[in-house]
Amino acid sequence: MDVPVKKLKVATATLAGCFGCHMSFLDIDERLLELIKLVEFDRSPLTDIKHCGPCDIGIIEGGLCNAENVHVLQEFRLNCKTLIAIGACAINGGLPAQRNHLSLPLILEEVYHAQHGLIDGFIPNDPELPLPLDKVYPIHEVVKVDYFIPGCPPSGDAIWKVLTDLLAGREPELGHNLMHYD
Amino acid sequence: MDNTFTLDGKSIPYSEGQTIIQAAIAAGEYIPHLCFNPEFKPHGSCKLCTVKANGRQTASCTQQPQPGMVVESDTKELNDERRVLLQMLFVEGNHFCPSCEKSGNCQLQATAYELEMMSPHFDQFFPDRPVDATHSEYLLDFNRCILCSLCVRASRDVDGKNVFALSGRGIKSHLIVNAKSGNLVDTDFSGDDKAAHVCPVGVIIKKRVGFAIPIGRRTFDEHPISATPHPIVKGA
Ligand code: SF4
Ligand code: SF4
Ligand code: FES
Repeated sequence: MDVPVKKLKVATATLAGCFGCHMSFLDIDERLLELIKLVEFDRSPLTDIKHCGPCDIGIIEGGLCNAENVHVLQEFRLNCKTLIAIGACAINGGLPAQRNHLSLPLILEEVYHAQHGLIDGFIPNDPELPLPLDKVYPIHEVVKVDYFIPGCPPSGDAIWKVLTDLLAGREPELGHNLMHYD
Repeated sequence: MDNTFTLDGKSIPYSEGQTIIQAAIAAGEYIPHLCFNPEFKPHGSCKLCTVKANGRQTASCTQQPQPGMVVESDTKELNDERRVLLQMLFVEGNHFCPSCEKSGNCQLQATAYELEMMSPHFDQFFPDRPVDATHSEYLLDFNRCILCSLCVRASRDVDGKNVFALSGRGIKSHLIVNAKSGNLVDTDFSGDDKAAHVCPVGVIIKKRVGFAIPIGRRTFDEHPISATPHPIVKGA
């Protein structure tokens, strides 16, 4: 692969996800060393930078389950030239979206109030807490997403393939072995 | 004239009464399909098998070839349209593959891999479709039903039971169980029925099998669906 002259800036974030896709990202193992020759990380759980500045590539794990998720996603879309949805939750809501056929008040009531064994339970209402959304949404329903890496999680190899394709200026392609929804 | 047509430039022989897809499969060729199963009368509803025959779009599972017919299937135009059909099927139901027992053995998923469906593209419907777990051996997860009617055809035409039916119209179409209660337990459905083994997706699920064959080692993990035109699905 040709080494680009200038390092590309990459930001990553987890919204309503389990960090599994980020763990899978780390599964590229020693290829991380090759990657950091080509890219520089901006906002990411790996750097602990809290806000994302102008970036070449943004990678989002997880869907949208609360207002804060939406703000982070919008910050990424504003700042990243290319936005990638990684994993089932970002792509179709995934496991968290399995609450979507139930009403939010019913869920909150059940979890914090009515459930057997709770004494004096109440629904948390601290203003610091981001408000939950009525449903869990895939990210492409809120902003334009340029590329998708399916999988729960996608393998380190799948993530590597998409990143190296993009860095080399190719249209990313997974092929049968790396294409998984599970 | 002899009984051959061309499929993407290849000459395909056919016999009287065969449809385009039947002749193609017999010749080892793959045309994407979901509601077609070689053992049953065609239903012609999913339209995944749409090809261009002499320039006109038609469902290859219902269309019979003519001598010298020029059939196109594996083209960008048709595959783009097929991918949109798949995306509509995905958003209409609740397809959470990572927790679906059928994952890796599912024809909808395998066809989506084949056609490189990277996202569902459309907005999810997130419908509310309760699961029927009343039967001791099988459960019905309607969240994944694509209304292909294979279980309906199998139960009616092979088992002689009429356990399943499609009800409602348009977007309200759904699969029902023919019992007063609507529950599978109140029918004469049995695991020996053909209908228990035809669902191309993960609706009709044998209980207590789950992930006995782990994800990653299932039928379509090993081979793309195009390389297995008669899918013999593991553990089905
Ligand atoms: S039925 Fe198929 S497409 Fe639907 S969730 Fe199960 S594996 Fe995925
Ligand atoms: S349950 Fe399965 S076989 Fe029956 S109509 Fe639905 S998808 Fe087809
Ligand atoms: S396979 Fe022909 S219409 Fe479904």
